[in-house]
Amino acid sequence: MRYLIRRLGFFVLTLWAAMTLNFFIPRMMPGSPEQALRERFSKGGSVVTPEQLRTVLAEFGFDPGKNLMLQYLEYLKSMVTGHWGVSIGSSLGAPVTSLIGSALPWTLGLVGIATVLAFVLGTLIGTVAGWRRGGLIDGIVPPVFIVTSALPYFWVALLLISLFAIGSNPILPNDFNYDQGLTPGFSGEFIWSVVKHGILPASTILVTAVGGWILTMRNNMVTTLAEDYVRMARAKGIPGRKIMFGYAGRNAFLPNLSGFAMSLGFVISGTILVEYVFNYPGLGYMFYNATVSTDYPLLQALFLLVTLAVLICVLLCDFAVFLLDPRARTKG
Amino acid sequence: MSAVVAGASAPVATTTRRPRGGLFRAILRNRKAVVGAALLLLFILLAAFPGLFVPSAHHDPQAIGDLPLQHPSGSHWLGTTGLGQDVYAQLIYSTRESLVIAVVAGLGATILSVIIGVSAAYLGGFADDGLSMLTDIFLVLPTFPLIIVLATYAGKGNLTVIIIVLILTGWSYGARQMRAQALSLRNRDFLESARVRGERSSYIIVVEVLPTMISLIVANFLGAALYSVLTAAGLQFLGLGDPNSLSWGTMLYWAQNQGALVNGLPAWALSPGLAVALLGVSFALLNYAFDEISNPALRPVRRRRARSAS
Repeated sequence: MRYLIRRLGFFVLTLWAAMTLNFFIPRMMPGSPEQALRERFSKGGSVVTPEQLRTVLAEFGFDPGKNLMLQYLEYLKSMVTGHWGVSIGSSLGAPVTSLIGSALPWTLGLVGIATVLAFVLGTLIGTVAGWRRGGLIDGIVPPVFIVTSALPYFWVALLLISLFAIGSNPILPNDFNYDQGLTPGFSGEFIWSVVKHGILPASTILVTAVGGWILTMRNNMVTTLAEDYVRMARAKGIPGRKIMFGYAGRNAFLPNLSGFAMSLGFVISGTILVEYVFNYPGLGYMFYNATVSTDYPLLQALFLLVTLAVLICVLLCDFAVFLLDPRARTKG
Repeated sequence: MSAVVAGASAPVATTTRRPRGGLFRAILRNRKAVVGAALLLLFILLAAFPGLFVPSAHHDPQAIGDLPLQHPSGSHWLGTTGLGQDVYAQLIYSTRESLVIAVVAGLGATILSVIIGVSAAYLGGFADDGLSMLTDIFLVLPTFPLIIVLATYAGKGNLTVIIIVLILTGWSYGARQMRAQALSLRNRDFLESARVRGERSSYIIVVEVLPTMISLIVANFLGAALYSVLTAAGLQFLGLGDPNSLSWGTMLYWAQNQGALVNGLPAWALSPGLAVALLGVSFALLNYAFDEISNPALRPVRRRRARSAS
């Protein structure tokens, strides 16, 4: 139980650290949001009064006249309670929460499915490769997947586009989440369109993410297979398949679980690039747009959300390891 | 706290000190290492002497020509950009900046992880708790979004900012590994004898502890360099780099910006990415080879194990 409480403490602490970074980074850096805002507004041709500017900035939590500590506390309170302010970017005035709400499902669907698929596939292939040490699969796996795991997301995306989406008769669409002529709904046509638009971005994530899982799982397997209990299982004449999955695989898999949670952070990093290349209107693309239009409130909220997502996954995986691994229970 | 990455790829401590030259010979015997080293050497050559690899007509890769958006041909091997610049020349001349980012950021991150990881292990107690906590926090913070936030606030396009940000976000994984290995070394006899001799902690760490960790440090540097190459290219691709600089990420940015793929010029859009990928592959191959060298269990075994497994 102490183990779980410690993990919970870590969760809160890290979240606080992320929020604090979020608050202090813009205040430490050269250039002010006030400047950025004034430039933004004047670019649009409209003249902005100092009052208007101050109102918008106050929404964002910037008030030069106020004590920094007080601002910080207020900021923490509004972050926790979900008052994330309004966008000051391309969709000026829209509440950040509703913007995020509209993009979230697309990213969750696309990235969620692709990531889980990569993890499951990679773990399976890695298990078999590590088990049949020096066999055919093991001969191919390390060199090939060392290479694929070093490929840049966006390059794989560009490659797939030029192979499948460009040319005289493109097979798959290369941007947006569905045919813009369709009205969203539970029609076969619409669902098919969503699936078609998801194939290339999902493949990009799959291709670049699967290699890491295969390699770590293979290496964990190799280390686990040298353990005494595996030798004993062999001596007892337990069938190979059972040793592979039930004895070695099961134990080699546990460290990967926490790695899986952390990798979600990297996948979200990758999504920014993938969604940017494919103009896929998810959180990653929104993140990109927020940087282009220096939309500080949106940027802050997105960073907080991404951190929160990773932390929740880490916490869930800790619980899972706690349930699956008696050793973790006794240690804590 | 250790559960976060416990064993994600836990390094096995090398217990014996390697004789001088052993590491070098071990690299030569490992096929992955040889391929990786050859690739890296090629990139170093390209970065040092780009002029040697480019026809003299294109020695100024930024020169604006009068033939924009050309397909690859005899005079422009990879075609031209929207401003008529020679893509091949840009590709070769970009090697330098991309390699410098990778090496400098990789070195910086490695140095930071050694300092934090080793001092956490060596100091122990309260300092260890604090440093480990810091490491864990940086480990789970989503780095790429953080980098984007930092780069946006710090003003886009500043190379120093990009490198500092890469270092700040790239050290934590290594620090955790360094701490683990330094912990396993802490109570060894040769350190004990140094302490009895009355050596200062700083002396013991630099002269006694670090040399035994060389292969882990090198592997770490390669990992950090790989991360830096990919991340920097991604940042520049998104337009958060200096748009006038010569680097692969910036080339990709312009290619995407000017619709290279839509205009039917895949060579322009794909070649800088391929260069990033190849440099990344060379770091990854070397890194993996170093893992095999420092962890004998991972080395490819052909006959003996294969028979006993079936």
